[in-house]
Amino acid sequence: MTALEVRDLHKAFGGLRVATAVNLAVAPGERRLIIGQNGAGKTTLFNLITGELSIDSGSVSLFGTDITGSPARRRAHLGLARTYQIITLFPGETLLRNVTLSLLGLSPLRWNPIVRLDRQRHLLDKARAALASVGLEHLADRPVGQTSYGERRRVEIAMALAQSPKVLLLDEPFAGLSIEERRDVLALIADIPRAVTIVMIEHDMDVALEFAERITVLHFGQVVVEGTRSEVVEHPRTKEIYLGG
Amino acid sequence: MKRVVLLIALIVLATLPLWIGNSYYVNIATQMLIYAILALGLNVLVGYAGLVTLGHAGLFGIAAYAGAVLINDGHGHLVVAAGALLVTLAATAIFAVLALRGTGLGFVMITVALGQIVWGIAYRWISLTNGDNGISINARPRPFGFSLVDAPEFYWACFVVFLVTVAAMTIFVASPFGAALRGARDQPRRMTALGYNVWLTRFLAFLFSGFWSGVAGLLYLYYNQFVSPQTVALSASAEALLMVIAGGTATLLGPIAGAALVIVMKDVASAYIERWNFVLGAIFVLIVVFMPEGLVPGCVRLWRKAVAARRPRTAARALEREVGQ
Repeated sequence: MTALEVRDLHKAFGGLRVATAVNLAVAPGERRLIIGQNGAGKTTLFNLITGELSIDSGSVSLFGTDITGSPARRRAHLGLARTYQIITLFPGETLLRNVTLSLLGLSPLRWNPIVRLDRQRHLLDKARAALASVGLEHLADRPVGQTSYGERRRVEIAMALAQSPKVLLLDEPFAGLSIEERRDVLALIADIPRAVTIVMIEHDMDVALEFAERITVLHFGQVVVEGTRSEVVEHPRTKEIYLGG
Repeated sequence: MKRVVLLIALIVLATLPLWIGNSYYVNIATQMLIYAILALGLNVLVGYAGLVTLGHAGLFGIAAYAGAVLINDGHGHLVVAAGALLVTLAATAIFAVLALRGTGLGFVMITVALGQIVWGIAYRWISLTNGDNGISINARPRPFGFSLVDAPEFYWACFVVFLVTVAAMTIFVASPFGAALRGARDQPRRMTALGYNVWLTRFLAFLFSGFWSGVAGLLYLYYNQFVSPQTVALSASAEALLMVIAGGTATLLGPIAGAALVIVMKDVASAYIERWNFVLGAIFVLIVVFMPEGLVPGCVRLWRKAVAARRPRTAARALEREVGQ
C-alpha cells in the first residue's frame, strides 16, 4: 500500500497549467524529495494534496483512502500534516500556545467553550514534549514575535509533529536559515521516526540530497524525472533543467 | 493590585443607586450596563473573531421588537424572554449564514445590508411593528416577585445580568473554543490545515455574540418600555461598534469602558454641549491617534510607562529578567 498517492492530477489557474497529469506514489516510511525551479508548481502540489486548493481532475489518496473530496480540515484528522514555506504561526501567542493550538485541532476539546485551556494538563504536557523534541522547551512561554527566524522554523516543525501525522509535507524547511541552523533542522528531520512518511520540497541540494531516498523533479507542473537519488542526479533532464542544458 | 481595583469597581457599581442619589443618574448607569452587554457581545465578533459588523443593532432591535410583540400579545415574562431570545438566535443564524460568505469588507457590507433590512421591516411592516410610531409596553417583569418599576431596582436587575455576561465572556475567552476563534482570526488557513472547521467556529461565535446582543435588547425594551425603528438604525450599529473600538477590541474591560464613554457623551454631555456629537467624534479621533489599541489597553500602557519612568531601576531589573530568560 502507498502512504500517499496522487493520480493524474490536473490543475490550472485560467490558462496557466500548474499541474498536468501529476502522478506521485510515496511508500510508507519513505523520504521523498521534490525539486524543481521556482514556479515549477511544488508548493501548489502541496496545496492540492492538503486540499487548501481544489483540484480540477485526478485523485489523491492517503493509505488507500480516497481523500479527493475531503475538505482540508478532514485530511488533518486523517493524518496529513504540513509546514509552510512562508512561516505561518500565531505571532502574538507563545510558542507553547502555538503548539497547543496544533494539538487542539485534532481534539474534540476544540469546541469546548467552558473549561480553561491553560488548565488542560494533558494537552499542555504533550505540547511541551513537542517543543522539547525540536529543542525549544526553554522558550515555551515566549511569544513568537520575540524568537529568531530559525526558532520559528522549528516551531513550524513542532506544530506538524505534535499532530503525530502519518504523512508529513515539509515545504522548504531550510529556507532562510544559516548554515548552522540548517544542520540543526536537518538533524531534527533525520530523527523523525520511520512511522512518519515525509515529502519535502527543498532548494538546498546539499542538505536535501542527504535526506532523500527518492527524488521527483517537477518542471512547469509536470513530473519530468523520478527515481532514486543517483538516478535523478545522473539523469540528463535534471541537468538540463538545473544547469540550463 | 488588579484584583483590588476590580473589587473596588464591583463595590462601587453594586452600591451605585445608594450614593448617587438622583434617579436620573441611576438610569444613565442602567443604560451603560445595557450597552456594555451589547458591546461585550459585539466584541466577540469584532475583537475575538476579527469580523467587523455594522448590523448588530438589528439583532439588538429584533430582541426588543420580539419581546414587545410577545408582551402585547399577553404572554408572561418568562415566555417573552425565552421567545425573544429564540427569535434573536434564529435571526442571528440567518445573519451569520449570509454574512460569513465573506470576510473583511464583504462581511461588513453584508451586515450593513442585513441591518438595513431589519430597519426597513421595523419602519414599513406596520401591522407587526407599528411603523414609525414604535411599540409601547406597559410593564416591567417581576422576577420572583421583586418589582422593577423603580430605577434602583431595575438597575440592580441589569447589574446582575451584566455580571453574568462578564462571567460568561471571561470563561469563553479562556476556553479552548475561544483560543480556536482567535486562531481563526489570525491564521484561518493554518487553522484549517490543523483540522479546525473555521466556518463553523465563526458561525458559533456569531450565535454567541447575537445571544448577548439579544439579552441587551430585551433589557433595553424593559428599560424604555418602548421600541421604535430608531433602535435598529445604522447609526445605532455604528455607535455600538464605536463603543467596542474606542474601549479596546479583544479585551474584557474595553467594551464596558467604551459603552460608558458613549453613554456619558450622549446623555450627560449633551445636556451641556449642544454639539455633543462633535465632542464624541473629537474624543474618538484622539483615541485613535494616541491610543490606537483602545482606551483600556492604551491607559494600561501609559500607566506602565509612567510607573517605569518613576522607578527606572525596577524597570531595568524587570527588563533584565525578561531578556535574560
